[in-house]
Amino acid sequence: MTRRQLWQRIVAHLDLPLLAGMSLLMLASLLTLYSASDHNLERVMSQGMNILVAFCCLWIVANLPLHYLMRTAVPIYVAGMLLLIAVALFGEISHGARRWLNIGVATIQPSELMKIGVPLMMAWYFEKHEASLTLRNYVVAALLLLMPVALIARQPDLGTALLISASGFYVLFLAGLSWRVMGGLFVAAIASAPVMWRMMHDYQRHRIEMLFDPSQDALGKGYHTIQGMIAVGSGGIFGKGYLNGTQTHLDFLPERTTDFIFAVYSEEFGMVGNLILLAMYFFVIGRGFVITANASTYFTRLMAGSITLTFATYAFVNMGMVSGILPIVGVPLPLVSYGGTSMLTLLLGFGMLMSIQTHKKLVKS
Amino acid sequence: MNKRVELKNHQQEIFNFRLRLFISIGFALLLLGILLGRFVYLQAMRHGYYQTLAEKNRISVMPIVPNRGLILDRNGVVMAHNFSGYTLEITPSKVANLAATIDDLAKLVDIEPRDRKRFKKLQAESHNFETLMIRSRLSDEEVARFAAQQYRFPGVEIKARLFRDYPYSDKTAHLLGYIGRINQTDEDRLEENNADANYRGTDYIGKTGLEQYYENELHGTTGIEQVEVDSAGRAVRILSRTPPVSGNTLILSIDAKLQDIAEQAFGDYRGALVAIDPANGEVLAFVSRPGYDPSLFVDGIDADSWKELNDSPDHPLNNRVLRGQYPSGSTIKPFMALAGLFYNMRSPTQTISDPGFYTLPGSSHHYRDWKKGGHGSVDMFKSIVVSCDTYYYGLAVELGIDRIFSFLSGFGFGKKTGIDLEGETSGLLPSQEWKQKRFKQKWYAGDTVSVGIGQGYSLVTPLQLASATATLANGGIGYRPHLVREVKNSSTNEIHKLENKAAFDIKLDPANFDLIKRAMQAVTQPGGTAAQASAGAPYTIAGKTGTAQVVAMKQGEKYDASKMDERHRDHAWFIAFAPVDKPKIAVVVLVENGGHGGGTAAPIARKVMDYYLLGKIPVAPKTTTPAASGVPEVEVD
Repeated sequence: MTRRQLWQRIVAHLDLPLLAGMSLLMLASLLTLYSASDHNLERVMSQGMNILVAFCCLWIVANLPLHYLMRTAVPIYVAGMLLLIAVALFGEISHGARRWLNIGVATIQPSELMKIGVPLMMAWYFEKHEASLTLRNYVVAALLLLMPVALIARQPDLGTALLISASGFYVLFLAGLSWRVMGGLFVAAIASAPVMWRMMHDYQRHRIEMLFDPSQDALGKGYHTIQGMIAVGSGGIFGKGYLNGTQTHLDFLPERTTDFIFAVYSEEFGMVGNLILLAMYFFVIGRGFVITANASTYFTRLMAGSITLTFATYAFVNMGMVSGILPIVGVPLPLVSYGGTSMLTLLLGFGMLMSIQTHKKLVKS
Repeated sequence: MNKRVELKNHQQEIFNFRLRLFISIGFALLLLGILLGRFVYLQAMRHGYYQTLAEKNRISVMPIVPNRGLILDRNGVVMAHNFSGYTLEITPSKVANLAATIDDLAKLVDIEPRDRKRFKKLQAESHNFETLMIRSRLSDEEVARFAAQQYRFPGVEIKARLFRDYPYSDKTAHLLGYIGRINQTDEDRLEENNADANYRGTDYIGKTGLEQYYENELHGTTGIEQVEVDSAGRAVRILSRTPPVSGNTLILSIDAKLQDIAEQAFGDYRGALVAIDPANGEVLAFVSRPGYDPSLFVDGIDADSWKELNDSPDHPLNNRVLRGQYPSGSTIKPFMALAGLFYNMRSPTQTISDPGFYTLPGSSHHYRDWKKGGHGSVDMFKSIVVSCDTYYYGLAVELGIDRIFSFLSGFGFGKKTGIDLEGETSGLLPSQEWKQKRFKQKWYAGDTVSVGIGQGYSLVTPLQLASATATLANGGIGYRPHLVREVKNSSTNEIHKLENKAAFDIKLDPANFDLIKRAMQAVTQPGGTAAQASAGAPYTIAGKTGTAQVVAMKQGEKYDASKMDERHRDHAWFIAFAPVDKPKIAVVVLVENGGHGGGTAAPIARKVMDYYLLGKIPVAPKTTTPAASGVPEVEVD
């Protein structure tokens, strides 16, 4: 095998436009991280390792033929459910929430697994019943979604529960859930809001209250919102310049390498930088939709659409919370925030997108 | 299903999917558009506003720590308060050579080895960028000396801080507890309770005692000061200020003077004393001897002092009132007598004949009375006055453990009293179920015999016994013992009176209570086991003595205190209340290794009652040392 052939073999199942968009975002991640961590190269290298490991997983998933991908749906989902139940029964409590499971060597957070597991399972289910879809199938699919969501919401981890609900809802929507049912659900959601409010934990209510009046708790949770908005707003049109963010370097910003990394970026690169970032996200999301439109089977269409929409949602929720239009729910900025787990989950999703894009010719022929 | 329909469905499906895909794209665009709009608003339209907030003079939100609430006794005497003082503090991350800096500092201010040790411990527990105290309570002279040389010590500064002071020091250590530096465990708990924001800037938190139990009342609300800071982070101007709200004042039911007198009455003895107002459960004195100096803990205790306290054979850190578990000895007899009346097992006039021992039917084992040869013919009244063991061996066996358990539970034995302090132990009121669980053995009649005189498995805490005594004194109606009467709001000065919670209600003929009370009154008069206890008192006293064995006696062995190691001598109990007809105070005294209750414990109780009822201050308190008091003349139980 010549070097050229080897190279072709390696990139055969990678989608180059998607890869280019992702790479730009990850480059932005490393640059911003260097500034956010006060020039800590170790942090940057560590994020580089996260990307490398996640990319290897992406490559493996991208090379898996689609029927393999489908076959993983049920085991992943069942394992995820069992782990969630185990967490509810024996999970470790940290900061008032039961989210982690100690498996001896490490603590794991099964809700992360379900970010992929739930849409995968629902898409698999719809594919199985594609020929004769009735309302009953939608109800079953909705139950497949609600069971893990209820367990995660109980932990309590409302942020993750809502995001998984969103990715599941996208599958239902793309699978053709009737407009009338969706309208009904919307009305029901509005009507049940007061009930939900009462069921929420104090800290969750607190965070929503803070959104409307952050100054109310300027030392506590509102502090994050206020400092995030000051960072973004003071960045102005052109930003304060790379490594020159004052909010960042005077220690005003909390969690500035993880959930609030966007504030650092925004302060230093300003509105122009934000537009470029949005453009990069739009490019990745757009490519995701192209892959969705080209997808050949019901399963892949649902899966690709849900992954793309979920990605868009994550980006929106994170930037929305940093700039003060959404409550603080603890969602990282996809591909940019520091962190191994979220990087891995995201790239696994992109691996599936690539597999869907590069294997469809074989299916068609 | 034929091919054409399926095909049509398929096309329809593709069309539907495309439609929804377009809606999805529109949705994604909408989300990005919202963000874009938000960025334009924040970064273009309101840029100037946020610019001033961030760029020129950066705004810093500074917490203002509230003053911790005071603790006063029932008469307004201060038992815990704050004073401001200067501390010398170091920020390790700003100091190049820490050891050399401390050596240089030692030339200006007095720094002892234990200050260094404490600093090392603090350093290990905290982050490098925090400022850590090396010396507290600097004198004015030291402050002046350091201020003149400050330029030589970057990263070292003098700070004005509030200190907590306990005027009664070791006398109230077990009652008030102490505050200490907030550690990781405290932080986690604060975060869990969503109180972490209110503790920003606060270094200390209640660790034990009332300081811990009433932390929420005492801490207050942290204020906020928005200040402009220059590029070096120094405050240049105050923008807005929300003042802190001081913690609330606790007004205790404790009488500080009474507490003091009780402490002194113990002399060198170890032990515990609880005085309760039977009418409402208010605790008037709460003494656990020996105490310790709580200020050692406030600044963070050094290893040597800790070792000394922790390894001392006197166990000064052990709160004996709350956590000490002892056999009740004969002090249980009045309660056992009430049980006999309650279940109609004994009438007041019914007599037994006491040969000096008791045997179970079909057994030859002798359960001995404390008095060789016995007390002769004994009815209920006499059984209490002379503390006849044989009477109660028989009564216990006739009642059976189940009824004893159920009746004594009603007085709170074997259960936490629910006093407003953390860490209470529940004593032990044995039952068949308990023994099965603990030893996997069934209950034997022999087990019941010793329960009758408060020995065997049963254990009580001084607080439990005091609560039960107060309930008895009050005719069967008992209140949850509590230390805080009122909480005074620091900003409105409103006084919130804490409710007296009724905890016990023993349904029994008042005449029965009267009988027991009269018998207990006779205990304190000539002929009783505490014959001297009420001598010369212008009010009436009801009491009961007791001894708790420290080491078990063999069958036929004789107790001879003079031949025993001092720490193996019996513990002395005395429970009492006065005046008998309308009790205003119930007192329980435990003297460890004090021998007989009438000899060592009763005089302490008497001093407490004399002060509380007559305002009489004991003149030149006669110190009763273990060596001086020796063995009581009559060996009674």
